[in-house]
Amino acid sequence: MEKNIALIINGKKRKVKAHPAERLLDVLRENLKLTGTKEGCGEGECGACSIVLNGEVVNSCIIIFGQLDNGDEITTIEGIAGKKKLHPLQQHFLECGASQCGICTPGMIMAAYALLKKNPKPTREEIKEAVAGNLCRCTGYTKIIEAIEKCVISNVKI
Amino acid sequence: MRYFKCENLTEALGVIADKETRFPLLAGGTDLIVQWGGRMPEGIVDIGGVEELKLIVQRENVVEIGALVTHGTIVASKIVQRDCSALVDACKTVGAIQIQNRGTIGGNIVNASPAGDTPPVLMAFDAKVELTSLAGRRHIPLREFYLSYRKTALKPDEILTRVIIPKPKPGESATFYKIGTRKAQAISKVVMCVRSIIQNEIVEDIAIALGSVAPTVVRAPKTEKFLMGKKLNENIIDEARKSLAEEIKPIDDIRSTADYRKFVAANLLGRYLTDTFLRSPSA
Repeated sequence: MEKNIALIINGKKRKVKAHPAERLLDVLRENLKLTGTKEGCGEGECGACSIVLNGEVVNSCIIIFGQLDNGDEITTIEGIAGKKKLHPLQQHFLECGASQCGICTPGMIMAAYALLKKNPKPTREEIKEAVAGNLCRCTGYTKIIEAIEKCVISNVKI
Repeated sequence: MRYFKCENLTEALGVIADKETRFPLLAGGTDLIVQWGGRMPEGIVDIGGVEELKLIVQRENVVEIGALVTHGTIVASKIVQRDCSALVDACKTVGAIQIQNRGTIGGNIVNASPAGDTPPVLMAFDAKVELTSLAGRRHIPLREFYLSYRKTALKPDEILTRVIIPKPKPGESATFYKIGTRKAQAISKVVMCVRSIIQNEIVEDIAIALGSVAPTVVRAPKTEKFLMGKKLNENIIDEARKSLAEEIKPIDDIRSTADYRKFVAANLLGRYLTDTFLRSPSA
């Protein structure tokens, strides 16, 4: 009993076919080969699978395909960079050493991306709150928060 | 597997009215999908698209919040910020932003976790829940909704459609407290809301509701009764702390111990009364 849903994925219209009980995370990784989105805990605790759905950051491991509607817009880590250029958030993560093993990085960047889209000038506290649902076992968070802050200071349009 | 994607309330009520298709209701899914853990039910009744349950409406004496309003929407709501700011504080502590963007207040109520963040606030505010079936609607106080551990008064053919919160009376104040291991993504050791009217140091009205200290979210009627009409002073506050520690019956579990929970709940009540006492006009 597969279902067709017309989605907008990283700015492109895509007709996606999947079983309604399949996790959005698996639809992205397996069906659409968008493997930038990672699985961490698989139960909405760690934020590694964070994507942006209709402008809001969500955990793709606890959304099932059937919950989506025609016209829903999904942005994954693959959708934020230019063809040959990193997105400013990615560039600052790189320069600040905000990524080590890399598993949390796509989710972390998508949480920061959703924040900056809504609030281009967040305070340090607001940045911390925005990534509070994204766990990182390597960096101790300081460099991640610094990277996002630098992106804010650099004044680039997200 | 059968998947019902319901467009409106009547459609959803029709699906669960029929025993053959009485499958679990799915809203945001932040609790349910985790509980299913990949072992999906035979059918799902997805009510996530029922727009009529996504409204926050102001009436003369109450605020009505649709069951499908997300925690994130409540945090941003001017109406709730003004008339029930303790609920905004509670919604801010649910999971993290990713969960607040999907999880709904109705889901938080019917999930019936004794550690739910919003039910203590709603219970302290004497909120009612609206339960709807094809036969009609009924309203019951949230206080009567939880029957025992994870058991509610919701009938199999009913959907919790709204929560109705009385607007605050003049002089009323309320505070939400959550004690957990960390700020985000923590399930509480103790979660609590106290609402009161304290004028000239006299407790004219008080409601104390707690989570994570019993099989369901509970009120503390003995301690409320003890405080009612009392003139606050250090002795009375101390007595109230002792009363609450005796009244609640928490357990030891992976998140905390019974002793710690009693101690913390008592301290929170002490803090609330002291803070409110100090703010009380003639203090």
